[in-house]
Amino acid sequence: MSKATHSPARSIAAHAVLLTYTLIALFPVFVIVINSFKSRKAIFSSPLGLPGPETFSLIGYETVMKRGDFPLYFQNSLIVTVVSLFFVLLFGAMAAFALSEYRFKGNTLMGLYLALGIMIPIRLGTVAILQIMVASGLVNTLTALILVYTAQALPLSIFILSEFMRTVSDDLKNAGRIDGLSEYKIFFTLVLPLVRPAMATVAVFTMIPIWNDLWFPLIIAPSEATKTVTLGAQMFIGQFQTDWNGVLSALALAIVPVLVLYLIFSRQLIRGITSGAVK
Amino acid sequence: MAIGATDRKPVRWHIGVFLLPAALVYSAIMIIPLAATLYQAFFSKSWSFVGLQNFETLFTDPRLSASFWNALRNNTWFFIIHMLVQNPIGILLAALLSNPRLRLRGFYRTVFFVPTILSFVIVGFVWKLILSPTWGVSQGMLKSAGLGWLFQPWLGKEEYALTALSLISVWQFIGIPMMLIYAALLSIPDEVIEAAECDGITGWSQFWKIQLPLVLPAIGICSVLTFVGNFNAFDLVYAAQGAAAGPNYSTDLLGTLLYRTFFGYQLQLGDRAMGSTIAAVMFLIILTGVCIYLFLVQTRLRRYQF
Repeated sequence: MSKATHSPARSIAAHAVLLTYTLIALFPVFVIVINSFKSRKAIFSSPLGLPGPETFSLIGYETVMKRGDFPLYFQNSLIVTVVSLFFVLLFGAMAAFALSEYRFKGNTLMGLYLALGIMIPIRLGTVAILQIMVASGLVNTLTALILVYTAQALPLSIFILSEFMRTVSDDLKNAGRIDGLSEYKIFFTLVLPLVRPAMATVAVFTMIPIWNDLWFPLIIAPSEATKTVTLGAQMFIGQFQTDWNGVLSALALAIVPVLVLYLIFSRQLIRGITSGAVK
Repeated sequence: MAIGATDRKPVRWHIGVFLLPAALVYSAIMIIPLAATLYQAFFSKSWSFVGLQNFETLFTDPRLSASFWNALRNNTWFFIIHMLVQNPIGILLAALLSNPRLRLRGFYRTVFFVPTILSFVIVGFVWKLILSPTWGVSQGMLKSAGLGWLFQPWLGKEEYALTALSLISVWQFIGIPMMLIYAALLSIPDEVIEAAECDGITGWSQFWKIQLPLVLPAIGICSVLTFVGNFNAFDLVYAAQGAAAGPNYSTDLLGTLLYRTFFGYQLQLGDRAMGSTIAAVMFLIILTGVCIYLFLVQTRLRRYQF
């Protein structure tokens, strides 16, 4: 880089802009979390103050625990996300392997067909999805959500995974074939372990929209027993609009797990987005 | 090439086995329902074929068409705000981050992406609370900066609500364009930059003349992703303003209109046929956008790529 690009004034200006945006990005989260630990009076009298010994209160969290079944919602979200993720990764990797490894009639066509879903949102088929779920008795089950999310995430994951699978060396696979391994063994024992980083990237990409989705839980699984955290929080907040402590605590509870997961996986996620560039 | 791909000719069952589960789930839950929904747009509530009549009703019926055109107009404005605000900020942040000498890069990258991982419900309510005149957080902050007169209950006023909501959505999703453009900036070969410097092109003019044209494909991808996301948006409006997309439908988007029409809302009964019709229109809009990108924009941008 040239000398011109790292003069102190420039770098201070850059940091000033970046810090300003850091504040903009984090401020709302910060305000919610600190206020969820305050008494009702303090929430209104000093919304930006940190909770001190006088203003500290857990009343909001008590309301949430008493009134909303958040452990259950959390469990539902976890089941839906993890099971969908499992199927997306398994089915996605299998299809990606077939498309990238073998030459057969209709390969390109199949690839294009599966890629359609990257651009066309599954939501537009909601009317018929609901009809199918009603007809098969899957309405208000987690299975319905898992099916929808698996279908929703497959196109992009197949696309990403097949790009990666093309980079696995042919020699390795052929050596396996000479040793008499079946195609299935080659896939599961040779190829899958090698594309693990790509699988992790796909997992993070897939996880976030599933965990955060509101549309499908609202439409095909709104019952009390199958509510996800996102829908549960939405309903709870809608019901307790005027209970500021409760609302703020529910929001804080919804933020924290995602935030923790993100901090664990952020490297993976960012590397995934920027892969192709940072080699 | 793979052994067995050419010589011996037993049926290669394994290809089918590998493809089947994905193709089955994808076809049954995505493609068939999508096709079935489009198909139903040509039928009335009582399942008689009505041709394009549903579309005609949607476009001209006094009550329904008013909501439809309103939602379409709002959706377009929603998209315009995204393009005008999100791309420049995304480019600016990415350009600053792509300087390899910058300290704390990892920290900034991580932080800027935080809003994107939060759910719409959180984002919608958080901003609703912060902008709420009852709580007065934003009011208090503006006052302390001497800008108290600037405060308005933005989400509660018809003339500002949609713009405010669009900006909230930009706040939420800025991480994605930023990352994609950042990745594109990093992929520019050093030789290109060095060549520019040899020619005396540095600083801002280097950015405008060299880097920006080279990241145009990334900006194109961001734009089409934004387009698809925006014309399919629902959650944020639902979380912040409810299904009625208040005040007075001023934040109604095609997604919320589809929801209300299909499921019914308050006194209005759900209408499957009309719901399918709106979904079909959304499908056409998104398809048109994607095609314009694929056939007009992308083919022209390709010549800049390495």
